[in-house]
Amino acid sequence: MLRTLVHKRDFYAGGVMILMGCGVVLQARSYNAGTLMHMGPGFFPLILGVILTLLGMLILGTAAVSGGDRERILPEQPEWWAWTCILASPVLFIFCGIHGGMAPATFACVFIAALGDRNATFKGAFLLALGVTTFGVLLFAYVLKIPFQIFKPDVLEWSNWFGWVPL
Amino acid sequence: MVQLVWLGAAVISTAFTDLYYGFGVALEPHNLLWCFVGVLIGNMVGVLPGMGPLATISILLPLTFGMKPVAAILMIAGVYYGAQYGGAICSILLNLPCHPPHAVTCLDGFPLTQQGKGGTALGITVIASFVGASWGITEMIFLSPLLVRAALQFGPAEVCSLMLLGLLAGSTLARGSPVKGVAMTVLGLLIGIVGSDIETGSPRFTFGLPQLDDGIEIVALALGLFGIAEFMSSVNKISDVNTKYSNVRLRDMRPSKEDLKKAAMPMLRGTIIGSLCALIPGTGPTIASFVSYATEKKISKTPERFGHGAIEGVACPEASTHSSVQGDFIPTMSLGIPGDAVMALLLGALIIQGIVPGPQLISEHPDIFWGLIASFWIGNILLVILNVPMIGLWVKLLMIPYKYLYPSAMFFVCIGVYSTNNDMFQVGEVLVIGIAGYILNMLGFHPAPILLGFVLGPRFEENFRRALLISRGDLMVFLERPISAVFVILCAVLILGQIYVRLRKPKGNGSPLVPPEILLAAQSTHPGTAHAPHEATAQARSPVTS
Repeated sequence: MLRTLVHKRDFYAGGVMILMGCGVVLQARSYNAGTLMHMGPGFFPLILGVILTLLGMLILGTAAVSGGDRERILPEQPEWWAWTCILASPVLFIFCGIHGGMAPATFACVFIAALGDRNATFKGAFLLALGVTTFGVLLFAYVLKIPFQIFKPDVLEWSNWFGWVPL
Repeated sequence: MVQLVWLGAAVISTAFTDLYYGFGVALEPHNLLWCFVGVLIGNMVGVLPGMGPLATISILLPLTFGMKPVAAILMIAGVYYGAQYGGAICSILLNLPCHPPHAVTCLDGFPLTQQGKGGTALGITVIASFVGASWGITEMIFLSPLLVRAALQFGPAEVCSLMLLGLLAGSTLARGSPVKGVAMTVLGLLIGIVGSDIETGSPRFTFGLPQLDDGIEIVALALGLFGIAEFMSSVNKISDVNTKYSNVRLRDMRPSKEDLKKAAMPMLRGTIIGSLCALIPGTGPTIASFVSYATEKKISKTPERFGHGAIEGVACPEASTHSSVQGDFIPTMSLGIPGDAVMALLLGALIIQGIVPGPQLISEHPDIFWGLIASFWIGNILLVILNVPMIGLWVKLLMIPYKYLYPSAMFFVCIGVYSTNNDMFQVGEVLVIGIAGYILNMLGFHPAPILLGFVLGPRFEENFRRALLISRGDLMVFLERPISAVFVILCAVLILGQIYVRLRKPKGNGSPLVPPEILLAAQSTHPGTAHAPHEATAQARSPVTS
């Protein structure tokens, strides 16, 4: 029975909900629950945590009683490369934004995301990133005036970017 | 009797005075401009395969921080109903159900296009949309003041049970498993708790991070769930579109008299069904369009024509989508209870502007309420003007490949979420939420109820605590007060009904309103809320055509 269960999508769905519910309950216990009349900050999360755990058990229970074949949890064609690129995009935005400013951040963010497509070329990604950077800087820095330097003053200094690398 | 007539006349005359005032607000150049920008952007993203109104509104949300409240709301609402016009073009000409409400339109719209009558289908769509929307707006004008009059009597207990009903309906009547929907609502409520407690000010679930003291940013939550997670599930899935049939000119759009005659009654029936669906929270435009298509097929004398290019099959779902889209605003604006994720975002935008949603909104901010209603008319007229002569331009937009679209959108996600607080922490937040959203998506959870729970969460907790403080800790208060009891009973009926449907039909899909064969078509359009690849469309077509 357990062998079929580990191939059920709802096994994991219920499991995740139970874990989250229990985590919430544990954390909420450290806040003052108070009484029904004078509720403390911990009361509401405590109820919600318990409900979430119960719902998780319900989902897991239906997975256990229902028959059927193995289910796919990952999509049919996992796009590991594309997912990495999409997730790397905000990471690079943060990194380049802190060390380089708005323009490098925008360029890096768009460039890496564009590489995720199956038919992407370096040239295509480069041109797209260049276009979006020009447009984005014009719009956000000059029209909307977001307080975000286009280039940090010491953007070209090597130590500003990699000063933390112990060399 | 005379008194009743007198009362009716009074209601109508106040409505006209208010509406006149609303037009004054909506026609101010500043507001008119933003309304136009909203419908233009909405129409554009409606046409683009792979971009939904939810992602777009979340991206635009930070830009509204600096705007006046009226202009901000007008623009966001414009994006929502504008996207419905664009979505129809995508369904009819490309067989791509870019937005779930238009998935059924593909069934008859695309065969019409293949027969060379795509222009007629689009023309009928524009008429049906306008009829449906006009009815939805009229309904809002007359129904909202009545709802408000009732809701102003509500104490904390009533508000609390009403919210519970709204949350339950929103999570169980929508697509997918009801249990999972409720779980997502609870998760949303929990995410809403993060930050300082409203009464004691003590931090909850902040994990020692001072940036979380103000709570999770709604922009980060929405962009993570409907931006990053959505891009992850559609990347490399959207093939280049086939624009072989998309050559539509303006003069093709004028429908013949015969077509108009055929479409007139289905249009009206669709409108009525849509406006009824809008009043039940959680059954938004998608369900409305499916129900009306099924009804139309059932009562038609020639049901075999459906799926092979029946003009009725285009007119009725489109009319019902639009009447339901406008009707969706009724509970949102008059009670402060959103029916779906888009409405939750709209309420989020109101809250950011410092406006408390709820029944007092109409009297405290009449400019927003009546301005919004008037802008619906203006926006719909603008959309007809935009769609009829500029159809060629929209068709060209269909050809923008997704590989250029999503990287640019990633930039808007990052900079948008950064600009909410000018803090890189928010960008990290959106990344984490995006990953979590995609995992939940893979496990078969729909993200929309999270946003509902998140937006209603703080007000729900506040009213819950207040109700029990007043009743001195007696939980029976929710059953002793009659109005509250009605809501609680409705909640129970909703849950028992779901269990009943489950037990009777073990493989049932939880949505009792929609017949199974249409539901199959609907299912293949999820989990992606904003797109569906070609294969899915082929599957969607087969159960009905066979």
